Amino acid sequence: MANKLDLDRTKIDLSRKMAGKIADRLHAWIGDYTTTTTERAAARLLGIDGIDAAGVPLANVMVEKLQQAGLLERGLVPWLSRAVVAGGETPREIAQALADGKLQVQDVPDCPEEKWRATADGLAEKAAAQISAVRAERESRIAKAAPPSKPMLYVIVATGNVYEDAVQAKAAALQGADIVAVIRHTGQSLLDYVPYGPTSEGFGGTYATQENFRIVRAALDEAGEETGRYIRLVNYASGLCMPEISAMGAMERLDMMLNDAMYGILFRDINMRRTFVDQHFSRMINAFAGIIINTGEDNYLTTTDAFDKGYTVLASQFINEQLALRSGLKEEQIGLGHAFEINPAMEDGLLMEIAQAQLCRELFPKSPLKYMPPTKHVTGNIFKTYLINGMYNLVAVMTGQEIQLLGMLTEAIHTPFISDRYLSIDNAGYIFNNARHLGDELIYAPGGKVQTRAAYLLNEACNMLQEIEKIGLETAMERGMFADIKRTREGGKGGSGVVKKDSGYYNPFPGLFGAHALAAEGRLS
Amino acid sequence: MTVDLGKVKTYGDTLNDGAMQVSFTLPVPAGDEAREAARQIALKMGLESPAVTEMADLGAGFTFFVLYGKCTHSVDFASIKIPKQQQKIMNFKEVNSLIKSELGRKVVVVAACTGSDAHTVGIDAIINMKGYRGEYGLERYPEIEAYNLGSQVPNAELLARAVELGADAILVSQVVTQKNIHLENLTELVELAEAEGLRDRVLLICGGPRISHELAIELGYDAGFGPGTLPNHVASFIAVELVRRNRP
Repeated sequence: MANKLDLDRTKIDLSRKMAGKIADRLHAWIGDYTTTTTERAAARLLGIDGIDAAGVPLANVMVEKLQQAGLLERGLVPWLSRAVVAGGETPREIAQALADGKLQVQDVPDCPEEKWRATADGLAEKAAAQISAVRAERESRIAKAAPPSKPMLYVIVATGNVYEDAVQAKAAALQGADIVAVIRHTGQSLLDYVPYGPTSEGFGGTYATQENFRIVRAALDEAGEETGRYIRLVNYASGLCMPEISAMGAMERLDMMLNDAMYGILFRDINMRRTFVDQHFSRMINAFAGIIINTGEDNYLTTTDAFDKGYTVLASQFINEQLALRSGLKEEQIGLGHAFEINPAMEDGLLMEIAQAQLCRELFPKSPLKYMPPTKHVTGNIFKTYLINGMYNLVAVMTGQEIQLLGMLTEAIHTPFISDRYLSIDNAGYIFNNARHLGDELIYAPGGKVQTRAAYLLNEACNMLQEIEKIGLETAMERGMFADIKRTREGGKGGSGVVKKDSGYYNPFPGLFGAHALAAEGRLS
Repeated sequence: MTVDLGKVKTYGDTLNDGAMQVSFTLPVPAGDEAREAARQIALKMGLESPAVTEMADLGAGFTFFVLYGKCTHSVDFASIKIPKQQQKIMNFKEVNSLIKSELGRKVVVVAACTGSDAHTVGIDAIINMKGYRGEYGLERYPEIEAYNLGSQVPNAELLARAVELGADAILVSQVVTQKNIHLENLTELVELAEAEGLRDRVLLICGGPRISHELAIELGYDAGFGPGTLPNHVASFIAVELVRRNRP
């Protein structure tokens, strides 16, 4: 990547180093805790799907019973594994027996550690092999398909009804979308369980359930086969069930997950400790499954001014990158987020957008950057919005963005109609093709507005990271340094689901997913 | 050129030409039959001489149309009456000084996105210190004590907090409107407030991109604010209305 912005290399290195120290400070304690959803994710990976008679997921039933029995400090796997050794049943059967009251937690006899550990590792290896097979299938399908041109076209569907979503997702793919996200039901992030089965009633979106994943996956595979392409499917590993959703996505061949280290704390008021522990395991699963994550820095610009606080996006990208690397994700899997949200009434606002987008490109050269469309300053004037979206698409193609969430001309009016999506794809297709190599032809005036803005942003981000490195990320969030939102260290939802690990704690997956070995290859600082 | 206000028609470039442009999708495959179907839809809508200027295949059996026609309908503009907030809009200083001089105490405002709605953009623009488009939010008003309860607040909890804080006004924001969920939420709040005997003690105000003052009144609110509302518009209404109610 050419250094078109004439950036100060020492500032980049210092920023990355500071972000690394900030991440290390969190990792000094993240490993001391587990959470209810982390343990439920382990259960799901081991095949514990399904619900009890009252509709409670079996993974929740088991974790709750272990927590009541005071055993969760050691993790779900040791107990489950001992139950397998004792009865020879599968994890799914044991969970069912527990839910039906045919088995009690205390009924499971102790057994020598080597024995239950060997059983646990065997079960986990089997689960990992299944995920590897899913990953291999994705890779084989991608190898056979026509490669997508970049930026890839990303659209959302949000009907609330998974069967309707499948129709709309397929239509979007046939129109040319490369990536389809099914927006979640608006309250799902705060549910401390994952709903079960196909769902047809959701507001603002559709519940993320394993069956819903399967239904939309099949529809997109059909569209991909018809067009000789591979259509990527996206969902949200966020909220109170981050690692469980990652586990479901790993099994059902989702290709991308919204998966931010701080979003839940800031925008959903989820407990800090819970989120930092959850994001780690969630991202380990994504790393192993070959899923690309998208981070949520674009959201900062909806609560704060995009021009004034553009540097907070960069600071957060550096932190998200370092945390992601520490969970085993490779740079190519870290789709750092940002957005085109500067007030369109601003003189030279477009130049400021170009500076920010080009800066992200040069700071994170291997990241499949996720670019988000204008939402804050668009109104019901669909004609103007369509034009602004064109400007956004132009900036994306000239600065080498990769994952382009297409702006809808009816943003601020309704969830997209089928024609809104068509028009957005048409808009992007026209501009991306018509200006394909514009970026290669452009250089920026030395010391001009674009370079000056980029240098300012990098400098401010570097200062912010140095300050956070001194006070710690938790304190920074208590002070409202991101998105102007203040969160207390002990407050927020889901804090009661954080459990301090006992010395006998065991979860075979982190070791198996090889987070540390992978991370060492990355750009850890 | 004189417009007959009793019979107003849509306008393209000549008075009473009725010109209008619409776009829509039909769940049928693109083709001559689809084009004719679009034309017939337009005729049924009262559009004469409909012309399909664009027909696009959306795939999966859907077709998108852009169509021009001449609308045969007219409306009686002269007889239209819309309930409006009568108060004049005051600025930050005027609102604060009115509260100080006429009420002599701080006004308590409690705000939230209710139900499952997680979209706080609207309520944040009105309440948060920073405000919106250069207008300070209610938190910044020295004479207003504003509490932003955030998103996904159940109606019952909102009312309980309003009682606890001695609220003069409750602001509810509803952004998600899919399947009219916002109407259900808004109606439920009025019903709960009435059931608890709070309705007359507090100003109920709602806002959101699909909310109008007229709709709000119909739902049993004291006021409604739509797109483009600034914090001082809401503050003006609250201050003037409380002063009015405070008069013997």
